[in-house]
Amino acid sequence: MKTMSAHIVVAGGGVAGMEAAGTLAGMGYRVTMIEKDDAPGGHLLQWHALFPDRRPADEVISHFRKHTEHPNLRIITGTTVEKVRNHGSGVLVSLSGGAEEQADAVIVATGFELFDAHRKEEYGYGIYDNVITSADLEAMFNRGLVAKADGSVPSRIGLVHCVGSRDEKVNNNHCSKVCCVTAVKQAIEIRKMLPSCEVFCFYMDMRMYGPYYEELYRESQEYHNVNFIRGKVSEASVNINNRLVIKVEDTLAGRPLKMELDIIVLMVGMEMAGAGMRLAEASGMKRGINRFLESTDHHYGNNLSGLRGVFYAGTCTAPMNITDTISHARAAVTETVKYLNSR
Amino acid sequence: MKPEGKKRIWAEYQKEIPDDHFFYVRSCIRQTFFAGSEQYFLKILRDDLGKDVYEDPRHTTCTGIGYHGDVVPFETIQAVVARHFALATEAGYKHIAISCVTSFGIYSEILETWKHFPETLERTRENLYKATGRTFDVPETISHTSDIIYKFRDQIARKAKYHLIDISTGEPLKVVEHIGCHYSKMFPKYGVGGAEFPHVLVGMVEAWGGDIIDYPERRHCCGFGFRQYLVQANRGYSLFATRKKFESMQPYRPDMIIANCPGCTMFMDRWQYTIREIDGITYGADGQGIPVLTYEEVAGLVLGYNPWELGLQYHNVQSLPLLRKMGIKADPSERFLAKDGSRLPEPENLING
Amino acid sequence: MRVTQSNKFGFTINRSRLIDYDSSDRKVREYVTLREPSFRLCFACGGCTATCTAGQHTSFNLRRMNTFIRRGEIEPLREEVKRCMLCGKCLLVCPRGVNTRNVVAAAAEAIVKLERNEL
Ligand SMILES: Cc1cc2nc3c(=O)[nH]c(=O)nc-3n(C[C@H](O)[C@H](O)[C@H](O)COP(=O)(O)OP(=O)(O)OC[C@H]3O[C@@H](n4cnc5c(N)ncnc54)[C@H](O)[C@@H]3O)c2cc1C
Ligand code: SF4
Ligand code: SF4
Ligand code: SF4
Repeated sequence: MKTMSAHIVVAGGGVAGMEAAGTLAGMGYRVTMIEKDDAPGGHLLQWHALFPDRRPADEVISHFRKHTEHPNLRIITGTTVEKVRNHGSGVLVSLSGGAEEQADAVIVATGFELFDAHRKEEYGYGIYDNVITSADLEAMFNRGLVAKADGSVPSRIGLVHCVGSRDEKVNNNHCSKVCCVTAVKQAIEIRKMLPSCEVFCFYMDMRMYGPYYEELYRESQEYHNVNFIRGKVSEASVNINNRLVIKVEDTLAGRPLKMELDIIVLMVGMEMAGAGMRLAEASGMKRGINRFLESTDHHYGNNLSGLRGVFYAGTCTAPMNITDTISHARAAVTETVKYLNSR
Repeated sequence: MKPEGKKRIWAEYQKEIPDDHFFYVRSCIRQTFFAGSEQYFLKILRDDLGKDVYEDPRHTTCTGIGYHGDVVPFETIQAVVARHFALATEAGYKHIAISCVTSFGIYSEILETWKHFPETLERTRENLYKATGRTFDVPETISHTSDIIYKFRDQIARKAKYHLIDISTGEPLKVVEHIGCHYSKMFPKYGVGGAEFPHVLVGMVEAWGGDIIDYPERRHCCGFGFRQYLVQANRGYSLFATRKKFESMQPYRPDMIIANCPGCTMFMDRWQYTIREIDGITYGADGQGIPVLTYEEVAGLVLGYNPWELGLQYHNVQSLPLLRKMGIKADPSERFLAKDGSRLPEPENLING
Repeated sequence: MRVTQSNKFGFTINRSRLIDYDSSDRKVREYVTLREPSFRLCFACGGCTATCTAGQHTSFNLRRMNTFIRRGEIEPLREEVKRCMLCGKCLLVCPRGVNTRNVVAAAAEAIVKLERNEL
């Protein structure tokens, strides 16, 4: 009974934070979830329909709203977790604005940040009107309108994979895992909204690692006529008609290829979030060469931070889809309870 | 196109360009191809801007073309460049002004090599000392001479007698800029504005009233590319590269091309003649050629210098249509007069008469 | 005329290797996809090419041919389609269930129709 009154702070209110906080509250713990933005939800709030089954993201969001409605769970928004450190038998949590929370355990669920597409200068994001990111495209889906900057209907759209991932030039050698399937999902969405618009995915490898992902890829070819060209786009420019022009090698034909496009969608990757990075620096949490939080063991300790009473959940440790984020958060709950019971 | 996006990139690639006291290193090919450019760089800096620019007659070629043509090894070219640094050190100069993009690329590459592999600097010191008895300081800055004109572009604009404006319509001239691969593709941080959206020539053109054309093959090679040109049988590659650029810029009807690099200016000018001979095509508006000018020539025109003193007549593509648009009065019959007033033989097959 | 000109300089202008998607002709692709919808499913694994008898002793490469059809590069096709013996071995291999044999047949038809201006 003593442990059940333990207080757990969850840093970050994305999928991982909400799963962990709601579950712990349901188990009877006192939980405080601290979210730096105005509302919990994290990146999920930006997405329109989710892979692999294209269900509306709203469904998952309302699931989590319900999951986190619990008398044991206090949600503080607009507040950033700045530092955690061992204090007495528990963990002292420093918040923005100078407040502190005394916790028995902490779950760090600070998530990821989208790669800033400006950094790939050669694609002209922020310069050419019709170069957008996958997140911008989700916003267009949410508005129900995929259009060029001048409002006209596109007749050809290209999705560029691996923007900011698998690229030494931007110091990211890791694969962001979810962007290949996001591209396929978005390609299908476009084809459904605009049946006369051609869609091309420019990929280096098709990494369809999750359940039903490869099937979605097949479906995109079989029923939606999505085109795939294997090659890394090297640059984008505009021609006199303000149409984008890309250069890519069609590596399967072994020849350079040039193509005009109305819209280029950059499939931006996942990076360690800045607020998570600062928390890690201040608290002495280790980070891997990919800058994500590094757990004590890749196989059987991947929720363990190495700090007493501090656990990791979700994409603050590595790129993950929602399903894996939830599983990882549940595992963090298990580790936390195991720790509290052993005290 | 969103101009603020380009401005954001330009802000990220600002390099230190000194204000005064330059040690000038000439290009080995410019003085023959664009006879007035280097002369007018010195004149503009010294007479119009009141700067101190020092030249040493013992300065030689940097051997860059030989280096890129695989006949001069890296050790050798490091020693040649080190010798130039020694001349600068002896004269008490710390800022090098380099009049050629090929050389500028060589200097950048060597300085970076010395930074990352200090043992190569030590070996170069040893080689130079053994060969010539000279010692040197590594310069504090290297600037391409276009960087310097860029730095003073607004001062030049304030003294402008002519602008890059079509006086008959009041519209800005449409200008293609070409920075040359070795200006910033190897080391974006050494170039004003970086490699993808370089600002060095854009800044000049805009300061002097012109409009820049951003066309699809803007970043493509001019066709020099050393290997594709040096061997005669390979020159078809060079021509192909240049034509690709012309085909891409043609729809914009450019009034002129401003180029950064001796090789680029040369190839984009001379190949217009060759392509016309082979394919019968020219790429300017109304069947004309597109004049290709160095930035000093453009600065000189803006400052009101005589186009024939600047040497514009020694280009294959003549600038008469451009001069007319800018309102510059220049008598074409005086183009090929020697200093003593005698008439030089006129070249055949000039483009734009 | 080209010849004399190239003699004048000792070189001429090289040809482009670029696939210019905006000027290439995708009528053959449309025809093949209509005749054999499974053509869409090829994901360029090369299984067919590995097993193909014709490909062992000629430059024939079904995987690459599929790519050329998709990009609208017709020139290389004309010779390629003649090399297939329609033995059907590739059909056994294809993990995406492409009716490869029929793709070649449809491509050959398309080429003939193209020449007759029937596409
Ligand atoms: C373009 C794109 C599309 C995607 N589409 C899908 C899809 O269709 N299906 C799918 O399964 N997955 C999808 N994903 C993956 C999905 O977004 C992630 O799996 C999920 O968002 C991860 O949740 P998280 O809680 O780990 O991180 P986040 O969603 O990033 O949440 C972290 C939260 O922590 C907060 N935070 C950070 N630092 C602090 C701090 N110091 N103090 C307080 N709060 C802090 C943040 O504000 C944020 O709210 C997609 C990803 C991308 C990039
Ligand atoms: S998931 Fe695909 S697009 Fe994303 S980084 Fe990995 S390979 Fe690239
Ligand atoms: S049917 Fe044609 S392509 Fe297929 S294995 Fe036989 S010869 Fe090769
Ligand atoms: S085996 Fe099938 S999927 Fe693989 S390359 Fe051949 S046709 Fe395409």
